[in-house]
Amino acid sequence: MNYLKNMNKTTRSNMVTYLMVIVAFVIVQGMIATGSISSSLKGQLVPICAYVVMAISLNLTVGILGELSLGHAGFMSAGAFSGVVAAQCFSQNIDNPVIVLILAMIVGGIVAAIVGVLVGVPVLRLSGDYLAIVTLAFGEIIKGIVMNLYVGLDAAGLHFCMIKNTLEMDGGKMLINGPMGLIGVPRIATFVMGFVLVMVCLFVIFNLVNSKSGRAIMALRDNKIAAQSVGINVTSYKLMAFVISAAMAGMAGVLFATNFSTVVASKFDINTSILVLVFVVLGGLGSMRGSIIAATVLTVLPEMLREFSEYRMLVYAIVLIVMMIATNNATVKNALDGFARKFSFKKKSEKGENANG
Amino acid sequence: MAKMVPIPSTGLLTERDLGKAPILEATHLGIEFGGLKAVDDFNITVGRTEIAGLIGPNGAGKTTVFNLLTKVYQPTHGTILLDGKDTHGMNAIQVNKAGIARTFQNIRLFNSLTVEENVKLGLHNHTNYSTLEGILRMPKYWQEEKRAHERALELLSIFDMQDLADHKAGSLPYGAQRRLEIVRALATEPKLLLLDEPAAGMNPSETAELMENIRKIRDTFQIAILLIEHDMQLVMNICEGIAVLNYGKIIAKGTPEEIQANPQVIEAYLGKKKED
Amino acid sequence: MEFLFNLISGISLGSIYAIIALGYTMVYGIAKMLNFAHGDVIMVGAYICFFATTRYGLNPLLGVLLSMVVCTMLGIIIERLAYKPLRQAPALAVLITAIGMSYFLQNSAQLLWSSSPKVFQSVVGKGSIKLFDGALSISFVTVVTILVCVIIMIALVTFVNKTRIGKSMRAVSEDKGAAQLMGINVNSTISLTFAIGSALAAIAGVLLCSAYPNLVPTTGAMPGIKAFTAAVFGGIGSIPGALIGGILLGIIEIFAKAYISTQLSDAIVFAVLIVVLLVKPTGLLGKKVSEKV
Repeated sequence: MNYLKNMNKTTRSNMVTYLMVIVAFVIVQGMIATGSISSSLKGQLVPICAYVVMAISLNLTVGILGELSLGHAGFMSAGAFSGVVAAQCFSQNIDNPVIVLILAMIVGGIVAAIVGVLVGVPVLRLSGDYLAIVTLAFGEIIKGIVMNLYVGLDAAGLHFCMIKNTLEMDGGKMLINGPMGLIGVPRIATFVMGFVLVMVCLFVIFNLVNSKSGRAIMALRDNKIAAQSVGINVTSYKLMAFVISAAMAGMAGVLFATNFSTVVASKFDINTSILVLVFVVLGGLGSMRGSIIAATVLTVLPEMLREFSEYRMLVYAIVLIVMMIATNNATVKNALDGFARKFSFKKKSEKGENANG
Repeated sequence: MAKMVPIPSTGLLTERDLGKAPILEATHLGIEFGGLKAVDDFNITVGRTEIAGLIGPNGAGKTTVFNLLTKVYQPTHGTILLDGKDTHGMNAIQVNKAGIARTFQNIRLFNSLTVEENVKLGLHNHTNYSTLEGILRMPKYWQEEKRAHERALELLSIFDMQDLADHKAGSLPYGAQRRLEIVRALATEPKLLLLDEPAAGMNPSETAELMENIRKIRDTFQIAILLIEHDMQLVMNICEGIAVLNYGKIIAKGTPEEIQANPQVIEAYLGKKKED
Repeated sequence: MEFLFNLISGISLGSIYAIIALGYTMVYGIAKMLNFAHGDVIMVGAYICFFATTRYGLNPLLGVLLSMVVCTMLGIIIERLAYKPLRQAPALAVLITAIGMSYFLQNSAQLLWSSSPKVFQSVVGKGSIKLFDGALSISFVTVVTILVCVIIMIALVTFVNKTRIGKSMRAVSEDKGAAQLMGINVNSTISLTFAIGSALAAIAGVLLCSAYPNLVPTTGAMPGIKAFTAAVFGGIGSIPGALIGGILLGIIEIFAKAYISTQLSDAIVFAVLIVVLLVKPTGLLGKKVSEKV
């Protein structure tokens, strides 16, 4: 059992994260079986899974790659809309909703990945603030396009048009109706599927990070020039992280959309991108476990504290600012560290992990 | 094709490397920044297993030469032949793959990663599995990761750093960071290693140890080393050939003895004597 | 005639973008940060002016002045509280903080002034200039906006190039460390930059809402992002660049609305930004900066 001995802190930390997700899943399933779950929480299970996937996938871009993307919701949108159209088509021939959903997720993931490449190839030549603003711009472009898209399905197949509804359809039904968005969505998303998607994405991210590709991605974050000096292809690894992240956001979009009967494109706007960013920052940049917890808590909590809902965004804003100052200002950081040391029994040794858990 | 006999007038070749094609031949190398010639008509030849030194006053353009050789900057003039192959049109990544590795004057490590991961990043292009094989944890992944792990520790042992493998690179003391940069560069299996002020910030005993290690590296790996250094003791001690740069131009070349006796060099370092 | 009308509307909208873009570009030049909250300072400026003139019946000019004073203070406070502690922090941290600040302002405004839209009374008298026998009618607001923009540009360029403080601002933007060694107070120079940028934001807010009177807490967000786009377009850090970028962006937006599609106009504006950045990553008048190795 050489591997067990070799299992370093990172691997152990990843195992804890997997276990946490599984335990949470089992507990919720138990609550569903015994009927001890409130209906409002039950209705949120699928969105929670979707947001968790959004958060961990954005964390891959922001925490691991170290580039700020403000258009993550755009990929979610691309996935949601293409995935639902695919689901509508597949469900004509396939009866099993689970298979339809899986196929739809694959389509949504691939479409989002393609959009990711289209966005990524130009965008990733930039970095820092420029990259952030251009991802924001792309998010808005995707939203703009989807809001003006009309897609119908009839016996002759799919019909598309832009800006004005000029579809000439022979009966059939509208799938995407411009600003009204997706209509008549088959509600095939289930909590079990959400759980599976979370696990799959976690598996991919953890294994990616702990491989040579993941190391290369983190090397770019730490020092681009040094990475080039050891022969690491900056653009291709940047693109890889970006596209994987986009594909996952697309799958999350399919899961999210198929939980509701109608979905509008404006749901996936800059505010959603920033909400997901809040999850990532609050959970800790690079920490997948943190993202999962933050996404779950911040999705459940507002429902429970409905009377404070108007303060929610205000609190998020303050949290973002305070978190950044607390983790980046030398004076504040030292004070906090000193404070933490006083109250912890064992001093944590220098951490050898950086992107996991 | 590689020239078999190096140009004697620009060469710094030791007898050991004579008769073999030089590893590096740079001719008429130059770069301008907005009309200012930072490096001009720079010629150097480095033998296969030579330890060569590049010295000169601050701001002479030494690091710029390294940046030209490693294509951090694209030269505006001249050619660079690495092992007889023209590196024209290559970028920094391709130059590294072709066989030049370097360290940086202002240390550039992957600070949030561990020492071992830093070295493994040096081994990146010699670790052979695809991203998919990595994600799916195929046998190839385990095999290659194990190999990389062992190789990384082996390389770290040159500087007796294997016990630091799990520490974060950013938490290492200054001297150890400089050594780690050398190990990381070595991991890319270069034919030519460029060291930019490897002894900067080291105390005399650390410097002495470093000198030993630089020789050891050359002997073990049979590679050429070109270094920039201000510590004259180190340079005169271990370099077999030295080139002196001032205001972007080479003003002298030769063995340590010749350089020490060269009036132009003394002038560049100490300034011109006032004539009464 | 329609073309001319659209062109003038475009220049007018562009003038507003240019004034906002100045705030972005100056702050970026000096503090090397993207002040995401700049757009929301515009909104605050507009609200202050709205309450001063519409609720308390203040003279429009005094209203503008009051809103400039409030925004200046707001800008300085934001810089001191949120950005100054992060002077040494990585760019990502600063950017996230700025986004947090933007949301803070928007949501504070929503709590204070509710999200129901306010109808802004134009500070410029109603009426228009009729040309070509009335075939072309240009409102006073449009004309005033363009004039104000020109005046601000001239004043700012003179200030930055001719005065002592302007010189110290340029010095700080070149090299903070060296400027400090020369005895320039870097912190107060940065504060001053935020103050100027925010005062201009107040003017932009008033002009924006005079032309488009619907005032809500998110009023500043989109124009803010577009103005940043304009600043990037023109070359961030460059004052003439902000003017050119702003005007071009305004024209593109109005033309896209008029001749292509209203809903897609924002997407087109952003697409233009992306194309510009790809062709010329530092914008039209931007300087190339490379990392020292």
